[in-house]
Amino acid sequence: MSKISEQHATGSTSKPTLAVFKFASCYGCQLSLLDAEDELLAIAHQIEIAYFLEARTRALEGPYDIGLVEGSITTEHDAERIREIRRQCRFLVTIGACATAGGIQALRNWSDVGEFIQQVYATPGYISTLATSTAITDHVPVDFELRGCPINTAQLVELITSLLIGRTPRVPNYSVCIECKLRGTVCVAVAQGISCLGPVTQAGCGAICPSFNRECFGCYGPQELANVTSLCERYEERGEPRDHLVRLVRNFNGYAPAFRAAGDALEEESHG
Amino acid sequence: MQGLIDALKEDGYRVIGPQVADGAVVYDELESLEQLPLGVIDEQDGGVYRLARRQDAGYFDHVVGPHSLKRYLFPPQETLQQLQLKDGGWRVEPQQFDEPPLAVIGPRSCDLHAMAIQDRVFLEGPYVDPGYRARREGLFVVSVQCRRAAATCFCHSMKTGPRADHGFDLALSELDDCFAIEVGSERGGRILAAVDGWKPGAPTIVDRANDQSSQLERSMEQRSTTEAAPGAPKLRQLDTQDLRDLLLNNLDHPRWEQVADRCLACANCTMVCPTCFCSSVSEVSDLTNEHVRRERTWTSCFTAEHSFLTSGVVRNSTAARYRQWLTHKLSTWIDQFDSSGCVGCGRCITWCPVGIDLTEEVAAIRETTK
Amino acid sequence: MKPNIQVAATVDAANPWATHAVRIRAIEQEVSDVASYELEFEDSAVAERFHFVPGQFNMLYLPGIGESAISISSDPDVPQRLLHTVRAVGSVTRALARKQIGDQLLLRGPFGSAWPVDLFRGQDIVIAAGGLGLAPVRPVIHYIMNRRGEFGKVWLLYGARSPDDLLYTSQYDCWRETDIETHITVDLGDNQWKGNIGVVPSLFERLQLDASLTRVLTCGPEIMMRFVIAECLAQKIDPKHIFVSMERNMNCALGFCGHCQLGPAFVCKDGPVFTYEQMEPYLNVEDF
Ligand SMILES: Cc1cc2nc3c(=O)[nH]c(=O)nc-3n(C[C@H](O)[C@H](O)[C@H](O)COP(=O)(O)OP(=O)(O)OC[C@H]3O[C@@H](n4cnc5c(N)ncnc54)[C@H](O)[C@@H]3O)c2cc1C
Ligand code: SF4
Ligand code: SF4
Ligand code: SF4
Ligand code: SF4
Ligand code: FES
Repeated sequence: MSKISEQHATGSTSKPTLAVFKFASCYGCQLSLLDAEDELLAIAHQIEIAYFLEARTRALEGPYDIGLVEGSITTEHDAERIREIRRQCRFLVTIGACATAGGIQALRNWSDVGEFIQQVYATPGYISTLATSTAITDHVPVDFELRGCPINTAQLVELITSLLIGRTPRVPNYSVCIECKLRGTVCVAVAQGISCLGPVTQAGCGAICPSFNRECFGCYGPQELANVTSLCERYEERGEPRDHLVRLVRNFNGYAPAFRAAGDALEEESHG
Repeated sequence: MQGLIDALKEDGYRVIGPQVADGAVVYDELESLEQLPLGVIDEQDGGVYRLARRQDAGYFDHVVGPHSLKRYLFPPQETLQQLQLKDGGWRVEPQQFDEPPLAVIGPRSCDLHAMAIQDRVFLEGPYVDPGYRARREGLFVVSVQCRRAAATCFCHSMKTGPRADHGFDLALSELDDCFAIEVGSERGGRILAAVDGWKPGAPTIVDRANDQSSQLERSMEQRSTTEAAPGAPKLRQLDTQDLRDLLLNNLDHPRWEQVADRCLACANCTMVCPTCFCSSVSEVSDLTNEHVRRERTWTSCFTAEHSFLTSGVVRNSTAARYRQWLTHKLSTWIDQFDSSGCVGCGRCITWCPVGIDLTEEVAAIRETTK
Repeated sequence: MKPNIQVAATVDAANPWATHAVRIRAIEQEVSDVASYELEFEDSAVAERFHFVPGQFNMLYLPGIGESAISISSDPDVPQRLLHTVRAVGSVTRALARKQIGDQLLLRGPFGSAWPVDLFRGQDIVIAAGGLGLAPVRPVIHYIMNRRGEFGKVWLLYGARSPDDLLYTSQYDCWRETDIETHITVDLGDNQWKGNIGVVPSLFERLQLDASLTRVLTCGPEIMMRFVIAECLAQKIDPKHIFVSMERNMNCALGFCGHCQLGPAFVCKDGPVFTYEQMEPYLNVEDF
């Protein structure tokens, strides 16, 4: 985690550089990155920011100290591009559910891609698409995953700050429930019988949804020891229809292994 | 009651008391009597908490909710220290503890026992936690004597209730027509004397209050062995005989793996437990790292961070973490602090999303051990 | 597990979070990723009060980065010359590795229990250390050397992965001269290595121990300590006479944070040094 600051200390006078790379992502992620731009600008005197927006095609002027990658890999061209980015970045961070778990685009992994394209694009002939939407980690090694759909900009700033200072970023991998309890929220699963994904979801959002009497939708992906099967069994016993549960676990992070396995198992049971 | 709230406020206390929010009775700022959960009871079972209205229920016929005194004495997040970098050296800013003293209305007997247990952690060891001490010294406790128990309560097993006999400044017994108030400290007496309209009652009131407590105690014993009504959950009980050794002699029992199939490692049990004291200290700073705040946050033995070493996480499975929780609560706590770490409040049972019940886990281990 | 815990003169029991400022007076690179730091208190009054017993540790704090438990590795009879030997493994220790002479750190301590060498007068002592585990026992070596005549036979068994990982190599001769029988071993030798190859526990074979008279101190990776203990038990050494130093995550060193628990023990205040008798029920339990 101290790679960046080590370089800092060894006398290089130039500022660390940061580049942002975008791949296919949902609206939420783009918004959150716009949001984060303000925060990133605020730290601009410490760090050189090089933005590479989706549309640009000019050659990369690497290398960069920190690369933030947002979005998931959906085309052959993407797959090549991410390999080049990996070569250019010393510390590669994926941000958002799209980049870390394939994101909501990953829903197409469960459906027929051809059909999907026909529905979305007028002229399907021009689209070349990998059969699936896959996470960045499926293509290149990633140094850190910043979860969330959208990401929490405070976590992004904490990550960059930590990289610069050389500390372990405070990005816990425990459950959303802990954040609920820290803020004193009454558990919606226990007190209202709502099927909440918080116990199996990684913290980071500050447990916002339960504080508005809504269930956690799993935006930050599975927590470290996610036991999705046990939770779903419990909710089913309590009367939650199985198809609701399948939809719940196949949300933004449906392609993350723990969620994917549980979703598939639930579906199989209901078909079998 | 209102007189008591006013007298406390008059004396400079911030008053906290039970009230209904988001489907539960929680602690919050109390201005008036009206906010108290009159006519409300809570039905609790493994992973279930529901409020219900009951005609004959008073202000305090709910029992323990998701919050406890722990939130106030050992807050979920707190600044330990602030430092400023100046001329190549760190200056530590003096720590202020100038929040107004707190009066909490509503803690039950089990809660007072839990507070005494946390006192042992933060005040009675070789070192004293200054923040905890400041808050603890300022705390004014208006305890409430239970006259109802939830199905998750087992203070009768842990010898921590239901009747509160010490550790409070004042203790309220809600009777059908009035409150009986017991004075537990000198300042309790002083506040009571300042309550508008308060007058010492007839000795019979005291008897009625005591009767109410003993009646509850008897019924808890009974309800823990027989079902109150068909289908109604039995009251929990925990056989504490040789419990320390029972668990420590069974560190390799298959039950740990079995409970891990159900356990979510979500940490709710430890968060709601009024005695759990684990915390992490972390650094909060700006990008230049010239101003640093050290922050202490609740954590749990259900997290990886709790047993993290650079060489690996010591307790790297749900089974190992559940075993840490249960053996700490019921066994090793006794070695550390001369008492069980469990006061039988039942919060961990109610607030576990999958309803894992420690009394059941202990019984299962006991059953398969000679 | 409630020994009488003595609060050190440099720790304020009523405000144990308070730190002392120290400056780095000297740095010695021991092996590639390990360096020893000599620290000097900024406040001379604190320096005067500072005393420690062998086995104790300090919490070294780098604001904004974090705090780490680090054993004191210097001579307890010369507390003014305070040394820590640190391996750069993670954020705090790597940040420390970037520090230079004259830089400031903050420190709390000393904390923890002692290797009870003062009780070992007239007895034989085996010190079995692996890797960085030599640092926490070095104060014991100093202590014995300062009063060598008061102890019986003394053996030091020390091993590291390779010759390049051996700590304090310049000291071995000096230790041998003071009649500390020093055996060094490595897991993997190289071209120049002419010494022992093998793990520390295997060195026990060559010792002629008087079981009733022998006290064993061991510090190193848990797995190594387990094998050392097995050797000791095979030689009929009393579990009460085997001392181990344990390591667990530490966030406070005060018994508040709960991270360092190992069964009934808080490693920070009941330990880090325990008798094997205390640890026996837990040392072999997986993931405990
Ligand atoms: C009693 C005791 C004495 C020690 N003596 C020494 C010594 O003399 N020399 C030395 O180099 N190391 C020693 N260690 C280990 C040292 O504390 C860790 O290597 C160090 O805390 C790692 O911190 P980090 O931030 O560099 O690593 P990271 O991997 O970034 O760790 C993050 C945090 O986890 C905790 N942590 C991680 N590993 C350990 C560990 N092994 N022990 C305790 N906490 C840990 C710390 O709170 C640390 O800040 C000792 C540990 C203990 C418990
Ligand atoms: S509301 Fe959801 S996230 Fe919060 S504690 Fe309950 S189950 Fe966990
Ligand atoms: S272990 Fe459970 S029942 Fe016991 S005190 Fe804690 S929360 Fe209450
Ligand atoms: S170790 Fe676990 S059970 Fe014990 S106090 Fe900490 S969180 Fe609670
Ligand atoms: S016992 Fe229940 S509350 Fe505790 S970690 Fe397991 S699932 Fe969560
Ligand atoms: S280090 Fe915090 S309790 Fe031991």
